[in-house]
Amino acid sequence: MLRPRITPCLLIHNGGLVKTRKFSDPKYVGDPINAVKIFNEKEVDELIVLDIDASTLGQEPNYALIRSLANECRMPLCYGGGVKNIEQLERIIQLGVEKVAISSAAIVDPDFIAQAAKRLGSQSVVVVLDIKKTGLLRRYEVFIQNGSASSGLSPIDFVEKMESLGAGEIVVNSIDRDGLMQGYDLSLIEAIRNRTSLPITALGGAGSLADIQGLIEKFGIIGAAAGSLFVFKGKYRAVLINYPSRGDKDALVRAGMGRS
Amino acid sequence: MIAVIDYGLGNVQAFLDIYKRLNLPAYAAKSAEDLSGASRFILPGVGAFDWAMQSLDNSGMRPALEKLVIKEGLPVLGVCVGMQMFANRSDEGDLGGLGWIPGEIKRFDEVNFEQLPHLPHMGWNDVAVTQSNLLLENIAEPQFYFLHSYYFEPRESTCAIGMTDYGGAFTSVVAKNNIYGTQFHPEKSHHWGVSLLKNFAEL
Repeated sequence: MLRPRITPCLLIHNGGLVKTRKFSDPKYVGDPINAVKIFNEKEVDELIVLDIDASTLGQEPNYALIRSLANECRMPLCYGGGVKNIEQLERIIQLGVEKVAISSAAIVDPDFIAQAAKRLGSQSVVVVLDIKKTGLLRRYEVFIQNGSASSGLSPIDFVEKMESLGAGEIVVNSIDRDGLMQGYDLSLIEAIRNRTSLPITALGGAGSLADIQGLIEKFGIIGAAAGSLFVFKGKYRAVLINYPSRGDKDALVRAGMGRS
Repeated sequence: MIAVIDYGLGNVQAFLDIYKRLNLPAYAAKSAEDLSGASRFILPGVGAFDWAMQSLDNSGMRPALEKLVIKEGLPVLGVCVGMQMFANRSDEGDLGGLGWIPGEIKRFDEVNFEQLPHLPHMGWNDVAVTQSNLLLENIAEPQFYFLHSYYFEPRESTCAIGMTDYGGAFTSVVAKNNIYGTQFHPEKSHHWGVSLLKNFAEL
């Protein structure tokens, strides 16, 4: 049986690991490589690492860092941040990364996704949609440049386009819920689930394992990604890298899938 | 000595790290000369079929590898698109495959999926051993990480030694004589993958 994925998401800022709230207010939580080593021991399903500086500052991806992350990671790794052309994609895959996340570049030039899928195969092409409610009507909109600029696009329509061009996974990242640990935006995820047959990974809002179980109950096979949940402990947000034990995770997944 | 073929695709270092932890000698082979002296080979892979075939051709290692594997019968393990290259052809590309295990690489038919998501097949799934083989021995409740939309359909059913269910059963582990392949990524599959790679080293 294919299982839902429970995936820590780590953010890189100024070379260190941070956790944000609503895409701002980055709190330093440690060294990326050290975090990967801990997640190795915990046998996590997958890992997402997003460099939140690269796009906003117009920087090249930090290949030295990607190399050490890929070398250290004993689980599949998805890297995102500052990726905007095929040469960069090839180089990142060649460093030993399984999946590359593309955000701003896909929104500015959707055809880039078609080129990426042709070269890498769809399975390695991940589109990250940073989504915020805006305007009087509180409509969902896709933001670019690490949440700093609106694209004017509806994520629900855009996801169909991404699928038709060859994307292999959609990360639905809620800016409004980021770091708040008050639960996923289930209605947003449902709206996107209804428009694509691609694997979806939900990010933004998970505050407990119960939130993850609820996501699995609702959607079955899905990626449940979380930042704060796996790097903080307690209401004072003390830094503690954590992840459910295999027994706890299996029980959670079984319960979520209705197989307990 | 295990040579991990470094032809530009796939996580060579992940294999080397696992063998280092297992205290088994392994190294990255970047040229035909590097291949001599190895007693077995791993062909990793992440990427589309044609890119992988082109990259292997461009590496200059293909003729030497074919001689070592086909003529001399040394064991080889292909991983993901590294395994898919063993087939004769692929739905994903225009280039021919190596043809070491007769068969073709087919795209999953989406009509078989009753639930969402469909493709790619992404995440942790079980492998049922369908033909006993040293490669898959002593791995309790084997589960591995998959990331693909295409699968190996071997011409001879005896070449399918492991099966996985995704919209129906498909071949997830192939073997023919000294040639082995896994659709999943053992190098990214925690203790299950480590056991499989240890088995391969001790075949």
